[in-house]
Amino acid sequence: MTVRAWTFVFVGVSFSIYLLIAWLSRVRDTKGFYVAGRGVPAAANGMATAADWMSAASFISMAGLISFMGYAGGMYLMGWTGGYVLLALLLAPYLRKFGHFTVPDFIGDRYDSDVARLVAVVSAVFVSFTYVAGQMRGVGVVFSRFLEVDINVGVMIGMGIVFVYATLGGMKGITWTQVAQYWVLITAFLIPAIAISIRLTGQPLPQVGLGSQLLDGGYLLAKLDQIHADLGFSSYTAAFDGKWDKANVFFVTLALMAGTAGLPHVIVRFYTVKSVRAARWSAFWALFFIALLYLTAPATAAFARYYMVDSLQGKTAAELPSWFRNWEKTGLILWLDDGDRKLRYSAGEDNEVFSYKAGEIKVNGQKIRLPPLQQITAGHQEWITSGGTQGHDWRPMLRQANLSGPDRDIIVLATPEMAELAAWIIALVAAGGLAAALSTASGLLLVISSAVAHDVYARMIHPDASEKNRLLVGRSVIGVAVVIAGVFGIFPPGFVSQVVAFAFGLAAASFFPAIVLGIFSKRVGTVPAVLGMLTGLFFTSYYIIASVYGGMQPWTFGMFERGISPQGIGAIGMALNFLVTLILTPLFPAPSQAVKDLVDSVREPEGEAPAVAIETAAEH
Amino acid sequence: MSYEKPQSVEPIFPQPEHLSPAVQASLRRYWRSNVKIMGVLLVIWAAVGLGCGVLFADVLNKLNLGGYPLGFWFAQQGSIIVFVILILVYAVALNRLDARHHAEIEALKKRSLKKGRAGGEE
Repeated sequence: MTVRAWTFVFVGVSFSIYLLIAWLSRVRDTKGFYVAGRGVPAAANGMATAADWMSAASFISMAGLISFMGYAGGMYLMGWTGGYVLLALLLAPYLRKFGHFTVPDFIGDRYDSDVARLVAVVSAVFVSFTYVAGQMRGVGVVFSRFLEVDINVGVMIGMGIVFVYATLGGMKGITWTQVAQYWVLITAFLIPAIAISIRLTGQPLPQVGLGSQLLDGGYLLAKLDQIHADLGFSSYTAAFDGKWDKANVFFVTLALMAGTAGLPHVIVRFYTVKSVRAARWSAFWALFFIALLYLTAPATAAFARYYMVDSLQGKTAAELPSWFRNWEKTGLILWLDDGDRKLRYSAGEDNEVFSYKAGEIKVNGQKIRLPPLQQITAGHQEWITSGGTQGHDWRPMLRQANLSGPDRDIIVLATPEMAELAAWIIALVAAGGLAAALSTASGLLLVISSAVAHDVYARMIHPDASEKNRLLVGRSVIGVAVVIAGVFGIFPPGFVSQVVAFAFGLAAASFFPAIVLGIFSKRVGTVPAVLGMLTGLFFTSYYIIASVYGGMQPWTFGMFERGISPQGIGAIGMALNFLVTLILTPLFPAPSQAVKDLVDSVREPEGEAPAVAIETAAEH
Repeated sequence: MSYEKPQSVEPIFPQPEHLSPAVQASLRRYWRSNVKIMGVLLVIWAAVGLGCGVLFADVLNKLNLGGYPLGFWFAQQGSIIVFVILILVYAVALNRLDARHHAEIEALKKRSLKKGRAGGEE
C-alpha cells in the first residue's frame, strides 16, 4: 500500500474511534458538559491534559524549532514543562477544592466582583481564540500535506469532527477522546524517534542516543557543533551564542512557565477530577505524559538536523535521497543551485537551500506575493542553463524574505522517511498530527463555551436559567465558536503565529498573579487585584502590539544588553501585576468575612465539596 | 429533568469561626507544613530550571555528562526530569500530610463527642 492509502486508513479509523467515544460518553447535564461529572480518574485526566496541552505546534513544530535554535530551544522545553510545577504546587489542588467550573468563576468569587469576573472572561476568551485559530489551521495543513487535499477542505473536515464530539459529549466526551488521541500522537512521535536513534547511534532510547557516539565515531552533539561551525551557524550546544542572550532566554522561559500555569484550558482540567488528592496525582500524570514527548523532541531535533545536513551537503541531483524528492514538492525544502550542481547548505550568502511560502510575505518591510513554486524552480533552472542570460536567480529574493534553509516543520514530518521507515508509520505521523491539533482545539472550544455560557450567561445575565436552558446555551456557543475558529483557519489573519506569545504573556501577566494571591493571601482585596490585572494586561499588550506591529525597538530597561523580546515581556508584566497589587493592598480594605471563609475552605483539604449539582454550587 | 437533585444541601464551605480552637490550631499546623513543603520544592524548581538551565548554563557547559555538555543537558533533559520528580514528591508528601490532618481532625471530633456525652451525664 502507498503512504496515501495508509494515511486514509489511519485517519479514517482514528476519526471513527473519536466519534464512537463521543457517542458513548454523550452527556445530558451541565456538570458532565463542563467538568465531566468530576468522575475522571487521575491517570486518564493526566493523559487528556497532556493531549489537550500538546498542540499541532508541539507535535509538528517544536522539534523543528529546537533543531534550528539548538540550546536556546530549551526555553520552550523548560517553559512549557516548568509551568506544570507551578500549576501543581500553587493552583491545581486549591482550584479543585474551590470546586466550580471555570477560572473566571474563581476570580469573580474570590475578589467578589463582576468587574474582575468580566476581565477574566475576556482574557480567557481572547487567549483561547488565538490558540484555537492556529489549531484549525494546523488540521488543514496536515490534511493538505498528507492527503493532498486543499487546506480549506481539511479545515472544514476538522471543524465537522470537533463540532460533533464537542457538542455531543462536552467535557466528558472531550476527555475520553483526548485519552485516545494521546495514544495516537505519542506512538506516532516515539516510533520515528527511536528508529532514527538506532540508525545513527545504535541506542534505542533517544534520550541516551542524544548523548552518545555516532556509529561512525564521535559524539553526536560534538559533531553537530562542528557542522554548525563549518556552515557558519551559531553553535548547537553552546549557551547564549547566537541571537538569544541570557536575559532574553530567562524572561521567555519565565513567561512561558507562568503563562502555562495561567492558561484557562489547562487549569480547567483540574476541575474534572474526583478530589484534591486526585488533582495532585493528575498534575503528576499530566507532566509525566507530556515529558515523554518533550524529552524525545530534543533528540529528534538533533538526529534529524545531523541526518539532514549529512545526507544533503555536497550531493549532486542524482545522489539526493528520496525523502528530499518527496518533500521538495511541498515547498518545505527547495534547492536553488548556483551552477556548480552540488547542493550547499550554509548560513551565508552562498546558501542554496530554501523553503517556499504561498501568500503574502514581507521583504524589506514591503509585502509581496511569490509566484507559484513551479515558476520559481523553472525560472531558476533557466537561469542556470542559460548561464545567467535568461530566467531569474531567485536566491537573493528568498534570502531577503527570510526563507533561507528548509521549513522547520520538515524535521518531524520527514523524520520517518529519513529513517527509511515503512509507509504505515509515515501515515501514523499524519494521524498523530491531526490528533494533536484536534484534541487541543476541542479543549479550547470548551473553555470558550464555558466562559460565555457559564460565566456570562448563567452567572451574570440570567442566573435563574434552567439546567436544560444552560446546556442548550453551552452547546450553541461551542457550535458558534467552532465556526468562528474554522473561519480563522480558512482565512488566517496574519497575526496568528505571533499571537501565541500574546496568549502566554497575557495569561502570565493577568491570571497567574491574581489566582496565586487569591489563594495565598487573605488580605488582598478587590481593587488592588483588579488594578494589578489591568496593569499586567495593558503593559503586556501594549509592548507586544507596539513592537510587533508598531515597529517599536525592544526596551532594555537600562539594565540589559539587548532589548527584551515580546515573547518574554509577560514575565515583566507579571512582576508589575504582583508589584501593583501588593503595594496597593494596605491602602484598601481587606476582603469580607465570606471571602476569607472561602479562602480558608480552599486551603483546608477536609470537607471537600461533594460532586454537587450545579444548582447549589453555582448559586452559593 | 435528567440531572440529579441533591438529597440535602450541606454547606459547601465549612465556617471556620464555628470550629473549636483545637481544630483551628490543627488547620494552622497543616497550612504551615504545606507552605514549607511547597517552598522547598519551589526553590529546587527555580534552582534547576532557571538556575542550571539558564543562568549558569554557560558555566555548566564546560562540564560534560557523557556526550552532553552539562548546561545543554539541563536545558533540554535534566530540568524536565527534575520537574516530573518534584510534582511526584509533592503529590506523595501532601497526600500523606492530608491523611495525617484527617486523622487529627477525626480524633478531635471523637474527643469532643465524648466530652459532650460526659457533660450530658453530669
